Amino acid sequence: MTSITAAAPAGKRTTVGASLRRNRRWALYTSYFFLILFAIFFLMPPYYMIITAFKTDSEMAQLATNPWLITGGATLDQFRILLRDTDFLIFFKNTVIVTVCVVIITMVVSILAAFALGRMRFWGSSILATGIFLTYLVPDTLLFIPLFQIVKSIGLLNSYWAMVLVYPTLTVPFCTWIMIGYFQSIPKELDEAALIDGASHMQMLLKIFIPVALPGIIAAMIFAFTVSWAAFVYPMAFLYSADQQVLTVGTVTSLIRADVYKWGMLMAGALLAAAPPLVIYAFLMDYYIAGLTSGATKG
Amino acid sequence: MADVSLRNVVKQYDDVVAVASINLEIPNHEFVVLVGPSGCGKSTTLRMIAGLEEITGGEISIDGAVVNDLPPKDRDIAMVFQNYALYPHMTVAENMSFGLKLRKFPKAEIKARVDNAARILDITELLERRPKQLSGGQRQRVAMGRAIVRNPKVFLFDEPLSNLDAKLRVQMRTEIKRVHQKVQTTTVYVTHDQVEAMTLADRVVVMNAGKIEQIGTPNDLYHHPATRFVAGFIGSPAMNFIPATLESNGDALRVRLTDTLAFNVPDSRAARYKPYAGKQVSFGLRPEHITETRGHHNGVGQEFNATLDVVEPMGMETMVYFRINGTEVCGRVEPTAAGEAGAQMPLRANLDHMHLIDPATGLVL
Repeated sequence: MTSITAAAPAGKRTTVGASLRRNRRWALYTSYFFLILFAIFFLMPPYYMIITAFKTDSEMAQLATNPWLITGGATLDQFRILLRDTDFLIFFKNTVIVTVCVVIITMVVSILAAFALGRMRFWGSSILATGIFLTYLVPDTLLFIPLFQIVKSIGLLNSYWAMVLVYPTLTVPFCTWIMIGYFQSIPKELDEAALIDGASHMQMLLKIFIPVALPGIIAAMIFAFTVSWAAFVYPMAFLYSADQQVLTVGTVTSLIRADVYKWGMLMAGALLAAAPPLVIYAFLMDYYIAGLTSGATKG
Repeated sequence: MADVSLRNVVKQYDDVVAVASINLEIPNHEFVVLVGPSGCGKSTTLRMIAGLEEITGGEISIDGAVVNDLPPKDRDIAMVFQNYALYPHMTVAENMSFGLKLRKFPKAEIKARVDNAARILDITELLERRPKQLSGGQRQRVAMGRAIVRNPKVFLFDEPLSNLDAKLRVQMRTEIKRVHQKVQTTTVYVTHDQVEAMTLADRVVVMNAGKIEQIGTPNDLYHHPATRFVAGFIGSPAMNFIPATLESNGDALRVRLTDTLAFNVPDSRAARYKPYAGKQVSFGLRPEHITETRGHHNGVGQEFNATLDVVEPMGMETMVYFRINGTEVCGRVEPTAAGEAGAQMPLRANLDHMHLIDPATGLVL
């Protein structure tokens, strides 16, 4: 009798354990299947870009060849011509200047704004915070029409400095929003301790808040960088001469002449343009994820 | 080091009165504990002394100077928070020296002070670690270290032990008392734990609903509570309160609890209770004054029988619970003398320690 009652629950436990293991195995198989499927789906365009950038023009012209492989020998000609004979380097330089300025302006404005809105509770601060986020919801395809008037009236039309002025309208609201959430997740005893220790509000921000919220700040920084590096609508609307143009619009306008597409150089240009964000993401990815998630759960 | 005084201090949030006109004088070197249930205004009072909350009315002065409008950093106080509030990106040494650096102390002086505080708190080997790498008790020590290095006029503690487990709490309690004996800084300490209040304080301030119920030494509060609230709040298990009638019996007085049970009031209390004869009162007696019948022959003991509801052995003593007229009453007896649940047990009430409370005003008579 005792042996039967003792054996029964043990047997039950093994079946439960086995089905749990089987369950887990199936979950793993399905997730691997879909992960691989999506990886292929998303990596196809970059792969196509890379492979095309190293092909010769003549190979591309032959429709009989396999477009997914290099059959006529790899070449760096596309890069050589792109860098030597086109304005690509000017576009690149302009983009770097614009992006660096925008990131700096965005960070200064949004850190100060977020600190004020998230920490120094004052009359109307929460309405203001919501208002800032609402401005982010207005799409740039709509905003560029009134902005055109503004940019024109201050004489910055066809100057990349106009980009330094208008990109923050996209980056500041979102970055401020991320930073507000992040700053609010810092326990309020920390600023009280700093106050008692004798810190002014500026010292509190510089010595306590910025170091503690660094993952959030880096996440916001990457966002500002990505937005200003990849913006298309504003330069398309406000810039038209080659010496002022940025990468996104410049590559397309100078390498597509009527119905002639310089595919090789287009892909080489895209590859070079994608490199800086790729490098930055690779180095700061952990910070970016930590910043986004902790802002989400704690804020 | 300095004395602190609060005169008619009021704190009001819109319509809610958090602290209603309190007066408190804390002499130099004293360790004062503010104790009370949550929402009684004790933390608000502490934060007003710190300058983290503005006061709505009244006057707070530290070392003779009114500090009503001074920011926290100019009040020369240091505060230890419940969640420690250590700066997570700084090492222990940097955490402790942050305040001194902001006040532009010379480097050598900072190092000397940090080393000294670390020695007092026994955290010298932790100085290079970050808060994340420390246990709760160690963090608490660092938070105290940060207060000590500043050598402030007043220490403020806001429930500093609430986040620790029971064993560590007892350890750190002793530690805090030891540190205070060493540095002798005037201290205001807030807690909701009456045991902490009793063990640490030179004087305890019991607060309730934004008002001070009573100020006194721990023994004062325990033996001579001024109100029913204090009588019930201080002491664990809490004092028993039983509805009763005070009867005249010739010259003597009797507290009648039920038709069959009445205790004679000791002669020493008779004069005091005489004016209340014939009135409804609340009879208060601490569990340790309801004991087994053998032994305890000092004092006026009166025996009675009780049917035990619950028996809780604690090792060195046993708690017995029974009912008098529907009210649960707790007694504290020798483990060997305790009966079983459901059984009759003869008990003995020591009426020398009785209290009578006016049910209308809540005042101890």
